Amino acid sequence: GFNSTFCTSDILQVQLSFPPPRLFDRYRDLAPQLVPLDYTDQPDVRLPYELIGSMPELKDNPFRQRIAEVFSEDGEGNMTLDDFLDMFSVLSEMAPRDLKAYYAFKIYDFNNDDFLCKSDLEKTLNKLTRNELTEDEVRMVCEKVIDEADLDNDGRLSLEDFQHMIVRAPDFLSTFHIRI
Amino acid sequence: MPSQKKNDIAIRMEDVGIEIDGELDSGSEGKNRKAKASPRAGGRNGKPATTEDEEEEEDQDEAPRKRARKKKASAQDSEEEEEEDDRSVKRKGTKAAGRKKKAVKEEEEEEEEQGKKKKGGKGDAKGKGGKEKGNGKDKKKKNGNSSSSGESGDEDSLSEGEMTSLKEEVEEKKKLIATLRNKPWRMKRRLKLLKECQAFVEEFEGALGKGKGRKLYAYKVMMAKKMIKFNRDFDNFKTACIPWERKIKEVESHFGSSVASYFIFLRWMYGLNLVLFAFMFGLVVLPEVMMGLPYGSIPRKTVPRAEQDRAMDISVLLDFGGYCKYSILFYGFYNDERTIGVLQFRLPLSYLLVGLGIFGYSLMVVIRTMARNSDEGGDGGDDGQFTFAFKMFTSWDYLIGNPETADNKYASITTSFKESIVDEQENQKDENIHLRRFLRVLANFLILCSLGGSGFLIYFVVKRSQEFANLDQDELSWFEKNEVEFVMSLLGLVCPPLFETIAELEEYHPRIALKWQLGRIFALFLGNLYTFLFALFDEVNAKLEKEKSIRNATIWGLNEYYSNYSSYHNTTDIPPPDIHPADVIRGPCWETAVGIEFVKLTVSDIQVTYMTILIGDFLRAMIVRFLNYCWCWDLEAGFPSYGEFDISGNVLGLIFNQGMIWMGAFYAPGLVGLNVLRLLTSMYYQCWAVMSCNVPHERVFKASKSNNFYMGLLLLVLFLSLLPVVYTIMTLPPSFDCGPFSGREQMYNVVMETIENDLPAFIGNIFTYATNPGLILPAVLLMVLAIYYLNATSKNYQNANLELKKKMQMARDEEKNRRNNKENTNQVMQDLEDLLPNRSLLPPAAEEEKPPPEIVLEKGSKSPKVAKRPGAAANGKGVNIQKDVSLAAPNPKAAVTHPPGPRGPSGNARGPPPGPARGRGRGTPPSRR
Repeated sequence: GFNSTFCTSDILQVQLSFPPPRLFDRYRDLAPQLVPLDYTDQPDVRLPYELIGSMPELKDNPFRQRIAEVFSEDGEGNMTLDDFLDMFSVLSEMAPRDLKAYYAFKIYDFNNDDFLCKSDLEKTLNKLTRNELTEDEVRMVCEKVIDEADLDNDGRLSLEDFQHMIVRAPDFLSTFHIRI
Repeated sequence: MPSQKKNDIAIRMEDVGIEIDGELDSGSEGKNRKAKASPRAGGRNGKPATTEDEEEEEDQDEAPRKRARKKKASAQDSEEEEEEDDRSVKRKGTKAAGRKKKAVKEEEEEEEEQGKKKKGGKGDAKGKGGKEKGNGKDKKKKNGNSSSSGESGDEDSLSEGEMTSLKEEVEEKKKLIATLRNKPWRMKRRLKLLKECQAFVEEFEGALGKGKGRKLYAYKVMMAKKMIKFNRDFDNFKTACIPWERKIKEVESHFGSSVASYFIFLRWMYGLNLVLFAFMFGLVVLPEVMMGLPYGSIPRKTVPRAEQDRAMDISVLLDFGGYCKYSILFYGFYNDERTIGVLQFRLPLSYLLVGLGIFGYSLMVVIRTMARNSDEGGDGGDDGQFTFAFKMFTSWDYLIGNPETADNKYASITTSFKESIVDEQENQKDENIHLRRFLRVLANFLILCSLGGSGFLIYFVVKRSQEFANLDQDELSWFEKNEVEFVMSLLGLVCPPLFETIAELEEYHPRIALKWQLGRIFALFLGNLYTFLFALFDEVNAKLEKEKSIRNATIWGLNEYYSNYSSYHNTTDIPPPDIHPADVIRGPCWETAVGIEFVKLTVSDIQVTYMTILIGDFLRAMIVRFLNYCWCWDLEAGFPSYGEFDISGNVLGLIFNQGMIWMGAFYAPGLVGLNVLRLLTSMYYQCWAVMSCNVPHERVFKASKSNNFYMGLLLLVLFLSLLPVVYTIMTLPPSFDCGPFSGREQMYNVVMETIENDLPAFIGNIFTYATNPGLILPAVLLMVLAIYYLNATSKNYQNANLELKKKMQMARDEEKNRRNNKENTNQVMQDLEDLLPNRSLLPPAAEEEKPPPEIVLEKGSKSPKVAKRPGAAANGKGVNIQKDVSLAAPNPKAAVTHPPGPRGPSGNARGPPPGPARGRGRGTPPSRR
C-alpha cells in the first residue's frame, strides 16, 4: 500500500548509499566476465582468491591470503560480493576498534584454532620479516610476545588477551585500515 | 523445500550445540514461514517479554506502542518487497518480482544461523550482549512476520501518542542509519537493515511532515566526509612538507634508527643554519651589498697593490687570499660608517648584534629542543609492556599499496625487530663482572694514552707552524704550509677507528658504546680545537703588535701630511691625501685573518669528509663488488667487505663543524652561507653513499628516542665556541683600518654610541643602572635560586614518575600472578569446600553452578554442553567479543578440525576469565595447572 511514497527513497539511497557503488565496480572490474551487472536474482558468484589477492590494495600485503580466507565464506579466499563488501567495511576507517581487533585476531590465527599459538606467531613474524630473522631470534620474539600479552599464562594468546593488548596499541587503528 | 532446509539447519545446530536463542529463532521462523497468516507461535511467548523490550524505550505506555509496532511491522512487510526493488535498482538490474523474497529470507536466515552456529561453536564469548542482540534480532523478525499476519488496516489514523512514539522510532532509525557502518554485522544483514530503516524513515517522516530535514542531514553527512578527507589530505601535505622525510625513512628502514638519527640531526642542523644564514645575510651582508660602498672605493675594499698581480690566481683564491680576502665574505670588507644608505641602516650595530644574536638564537633553540626531547625521554629501549607484541601485530601498515614501499616496510620491520632483540639480549646477558671491569679500565687507559699522544702531536705541530710562519712563504713546501690541517685530519681519521677497536674490549650495549665513543672522540677533537685556538691567539697577538706599529706609523704619517699641507697651502681646509686605495698602507687586519683560518678549516673539513666517503666507502664498495669476481677469497664476506656507516664520526664531524661556524661567523659572515651549502649537499651525498655503499651494522640498535646526547654535545661545543668570540669582542681592540668597528676602542662601544646618540636619555639611564654590579649581583643570585628550586622540583617529579612506573609494573605483575594463582586458589577453595560439610564457605559458587533459570525453562534439556555455555559466557568482561562473534565468517575448516566435542574442555583450559565471574561454570578444575 505504500509504494507511492517509497519512490522518493531513492534519493536517500543515493546520498547514503551504503556500500559505495565504487566497491561494486571494483569487485566487478576484477572479473567483468564473471560478475553480472544485475544482482537481482542473487547470483552465486565467487571470485577466486587469485583475483582478490591481485588487487593493488592487497597484493603487497603479506597477509593477503589470510585476509581473503578470513573474510570469505568458504574459508578458501574465494569471495562473494558480500564478503568483499564485508572485508572493506571492516578495514575501512569507520569500523570500530573491537571489530577490527576481532578480525585482526582471525587474520593472525593461521590455523583457525581461535588461539594465537607459537606456530601462528612464527608464521606472522616470518611473513613480516620475509624470513630475515634467524631461528633463535624468531623463537625469542615469539616467546617475548607471548610473555607480554598472555594474561592467563596458558602459553598462547586468546582473543581476550589479544584485545587487551591491541586496545593499548597506539597505531593499530591507523595501520589496520585499507583505503579504497 | 524451505522447510526441509530449515530442518537440516536445525539438526546441524543441534549437533553443534547451538545456543538456545538461535534454536528458538529458527524454529519459530520456519513455522511462520510455513504458515504465514498465523500469529506468533507459542514458542515465542516463552521468551521473557521484558528482554524483548529492553531495546525500546520503556517509559512508553503500552497501547500506542503496540499500535506503532504494528505499523512498523506492516511497513516492514512491504519494505521487504521494496528491498528487492532497491537492490535491483542499485545494481542496475531489472525490477524483481516478490517471489524471490522467500529465497532471500531463507538465505539471510541461513546466514544468521551460521553466525550463531559459529557463536555456539566458539564456546566462550556468549554473553549478555550477544543474547540481547539475539533478542533484538528476534524482535525484528517478529515484527516482520507479524506484519505478514495482515494487520495493515489502520495506518491512516494517527493519534498524538502514536505521533510521538513514531517520531522517536524515526529518530532511532535515523541514528541506526548513521551508525550502521560501525555495527559489527555481516554485510547482508546490514544491507537489509539499512533498507528497512531507510524505507521506514522515508515513510513516516512523510507522515509526520518532517521530510525537510533530510537534505540537510545528507548535506551534513557529506560535509563530514569531506572534512575527514580534507584533514587527511592536510596531514599528508604536512608530512610532505617535512624535507627529506622520505629519504630518512628509507635510510631508517634499512639501517635502523641509529643511522637515521644522524640524518635527523643533520636535518635539524640544516634548519638551524638556515635561520642563522637568514639573519646574517638579511641584516649584514645584504645591506652592505645594497647600500654600502662598492669594491675599490676605499682601501679596505681594495686588493693592495702588492697582491694585485696574483689576486686572481687560483691557488691564491683557494687559500681565500686575493679577491676573496677583500670581499663581502670577510669581516675586513665592512665599512665603519655609522649609518648607510637611505634607510639609515646602522650596519656596525647590526653586525655586532647579529654576531651575538647568532649565539643567543642557537642557545635558545638547542635548549628548547633538548627540553622538548626530554619529554619523550628514555634512552632508547622503550619500556612499554607490549614492545614485541605491538611490533608483531601493528607494525604492518595495511595501507601500503606499492611494492617499493612494501620492501622498505619489510626492511624496517626486520630492522626494528633486530633492534629490540639486541636490547632484549642485552637484558638477558649475564657477565663476569671482574673481567669486564678490568677490561673496561684497560680500555679507558689505552684511550687516555692515545688522547694524550694526539694532544701532544697537535701541540708540537702548531709550534712548528708558528716557526714556519716567520719564514718566507715561498720557501715552504705545500706540506709545511698545511701541516696543522693535515695532522688534524689525520688524527681525525686514525683515532676514531682506534677507539672503536679498543672499545670492543668493553662489551657495552651498542647504544651505550656509541655514547662512549662519542665522548672520546669529542675529547680528541676538543683537544684539537683548543690547540688550534691557542695557535690562533698567538697569531692574533702577533698581528696586533704589528698592527699597532703600522697604526702609529699611519697616524704619524697623516699628521705629517696635515701639518705639511696646512703649512704649504696655508689653509685649514685640508683635503684627504690623494692616494689610490690600493696603495694605502694598511694593518694586517687580524679579524679577517681569523675568518680566513676558519673558512679554510671548514673547507678542508668538507674536502676530507667527502673524500673519505668517496674513497673509504664508494671505492671500497666498488672494489669489493667487482673485484670479487676474480679474487682468491670472498671479498664481500671476508676481509674488506662493505663499510658500515660511522655514526659517531659523522655526528661529531657535524658538531665540530658547527662549532667552527659559530666561532667563525663573526669574522667571516660568508661562512654561514658556505655551511648551508655544505649541509645541503652532504644530506644528498651521504644519503646516497649510505644507501649505495654501506651495509647495516652487525648489531642494529635503537637510537635513543631523544637525540639529547647529540644535543648535549652540541650545547657544549656552542658554549666553548662562545667563549673565544665573546672574549675577543670584549677585550681585543678591533683593527683600526678594517671592519665595521674600526676606529673604536672596543667593539661593543658601538652599542654605547647608539644608546647615547639615538635613544632617549632615560634608556641610557636605565642601562647604566642595569649594568650596576649592585643590580647584577642580586639578579644572578635570584637566577641561581630559581635554578636550584626548579632542579629540586624536577627531581621530585622524576622520583614520583619512577615510583608510579614501579607501581604500574607491580600492578601488572600482580594481576598476572593473580590470574595464574586463581586456578590454584580455586582448587584449594574447592578442596576446602569438599572438606566442609555445610558448604557455607562458598555460597556464590554454589549459586553459580546452576545455570540461570529462564534458560533452563526454555531449552528444557538439550545437552549438558549447552547448559554450561551460558554460564561460561555470562562473565561480565569488558571486551565485546560476543557481538563480534556473530558476524564471524563461518569457517568450515574450523568446524572440521575442531569438532564441538573437545571444545568444551579446551575452552576451560583457556583459564579463568577476568572479573567477578571467575571460575564460574567450571565443573572440574583443569588438570593443566
